[in-house]
Amino acid sequence: MSFLNKTQFPRARNVSWELIRSDFPILEQTVNGEALVYFDNAATSQKPNAVINAIRKYYETGNANVHRGIHELSNRATASFEGGRQRVASFVNAASADEIIFTRGTTEGINLVAATWGVANLKAGDKVLLTEMEHHSNIVPWQLLCERVGAELLYVPVVGDSNELDMEAFDQLLGQGVKLFSVTHISNTLGILNPVAELCQKARAAGAVTVVDAAQSAGHLKLDVQALGCDFLAFSGHKMCGPTGIGVLFGRLPILESMPPYQGGGEMISTVDFFKSTYNKPPHRFEAGTPDISGVVGLHAAMDFLDSIGREAIFEHDQDLAEYAYHLLSEVKGIRLFGPRAGRAGLVSFLMEDVHAHDLVTFADQKGIALRGGHHCNQPLMKKLGVPSTARASFYFYNNRNEVDYLVEVLVEIQRFFSSNSTS
Amino acid sequence: MFDDLSDLYQQVILDHSKSPRNFRVLPQANRIAQGYNPLCGDNITLYLEMAGDVVKNVAFQGSGCAISKASASILTETLKDKTTSEIRSLFGRVHDLITTGKCDGDPIGKLAVFAGVHKFPARVKCAILPWHAAMSAIDGKQEPVSTE
Repeated sequence: MSFLNKTQFPRARNVSWELIRSDFPILEQTVNGEALVYFDNAATSQKPNAVINAIRKYYETGNANVHRGIHELSNRATASFEGGRQRVASFVNAASADEIIFTRGTTEGINLVAATWGVANLKAGDKVLLTEMEHHSNIVPWQLLCERVGAELLYVPVVGDSNELDMEAFDQLLGQGVKLFSVTHISNTLGILNPVAELCQKARAAGAVTVVDAAQSAGHLKLDVQALGCDFLAFSGHKMCGPTGIGVLFGRLPILESMPPYQGGGEMISTVDFFKSTYNKPPHRFEAGTPDISGVVGLHAAMDFLDSIGREAIFEHDQDLAEYAYHLLSEVKGIRLFGPRAGRAGLVSFLMEDVHAHDLVTFADQKGIALRGGHHCNQPLMKKLGVPSTARASFYFYNNRNEVDYLVEVLVEIQRFFSSNSTS
Repeated sequence: MFDDLSDLYQQVILDHSKSPRNFRVLPQANRIAQGYNPLCGDNITLYLEMAGDVVKNVAFQGSGCAISKASASILTETLKDKTTSEIRSLFGRVHDLITTGKCDGDPIGKLAVFAGVHKFPARVKCAILPWHAAMSAIDGKQEPVSTE
């Protein structure tokens, strides 16, 4: 195809991506008779042998409950679990492992902040600032909180052709006295990489507590919570090669120490009487019950795996694929793309004229390509963009340009199918 | 290139999705039902004008994929002049057709184009949504229906 101008995009640094890909058993299969092309990484990533084997080894050799046994296996399980916490602290450059709370995922992390810090600190008339590109999981917990305490929600608009945040409106909204500001690091629909350090710096200067939704960024770029300057940051293990069911909430220790517990149970207490209990210190105060120990073991292996490749290299690779895909798709007549052309994160969202996203995704699936079609848990943003849904291809380091070329060929075939069968 | 899908996305379905029949608001409607699948965003408003037990007129509005739109369009052609008991019986047969590819009884006419949907389980909810909206309308239910 004439629009395949490959020389315009030099390849990212010299990493043996094909060798890395071969560590993912699931990718070596055919779907509907075609080699699987997995482009739904923003929903969840696939898992390398290193992660699968670490979980297996934990259950084969080290499984017991944590923090309460005196026996050898319990000591091993506790060491694995707390070792995982230390590893997360270094992964995001937290000042202390006490700032790392294990959750079920990004959604629970945000809900935890709303249910603890939010309920303790917000009152009627206070303002919570979000942006129009937030995932439902960074909208609905704040709606529930605002309904409960009588606080008010405000939104930073997305503007312009590329739908980036309106920074002037942001400054103006902060001036209205915002108590809490929560923002996504990377938009899962638009592929926009928000200037989170600048946003957090301004919000904190205006007196707001800051929350970063790092679901789409944690496995794709180097995270440094101290450089970002956020008070809280939440992410999920399963989008960064780890297992489902495990996630992380980072919180600055002085704030965590001031917060009431989240759920009640074992682990989160210091002493329990029939009518009154005292609570453990952070992070245990926020981890009631037996935690997802094998999830932490798997997440630990995932972080080691990502760092063995290098997160800078991963980011360059994913960005290269996204910009390559954006370029190729922009040359196809009848395809509308969302978000910026350059400087984007590793995904592209698009619409094909006269072909609904669900039909497109069904057709792509028949050719072995896993795409996402729908509102991507971004219904308010979709309304603003004036579209019911989009199709999305989201990339990871095991994807390559040949797969993107194949996607574009298949999309052109889909377009041909619908136009040749058109009666209009 | 898309052999299995060509069976499903036949000319009839593509035609009805591109040029849906009875695609309008029906001002004289006395039964209105909403069908909405929040996960995929398909939504349909179905308007029925009933005279006693018989559907005199039917129309729809909404947005969705080719399958849901064609299903709604063909449904509006099918329901006209049918009684509620005929529609209830037809619903059962259409449900069987969409979920299994087969249905008992007399030939089902144009609706036969939906026999291929069951091979694509993720799309069954798209084809069946307008039919649930129709049942909701004749039952006089107020809340929107969903097939997710």
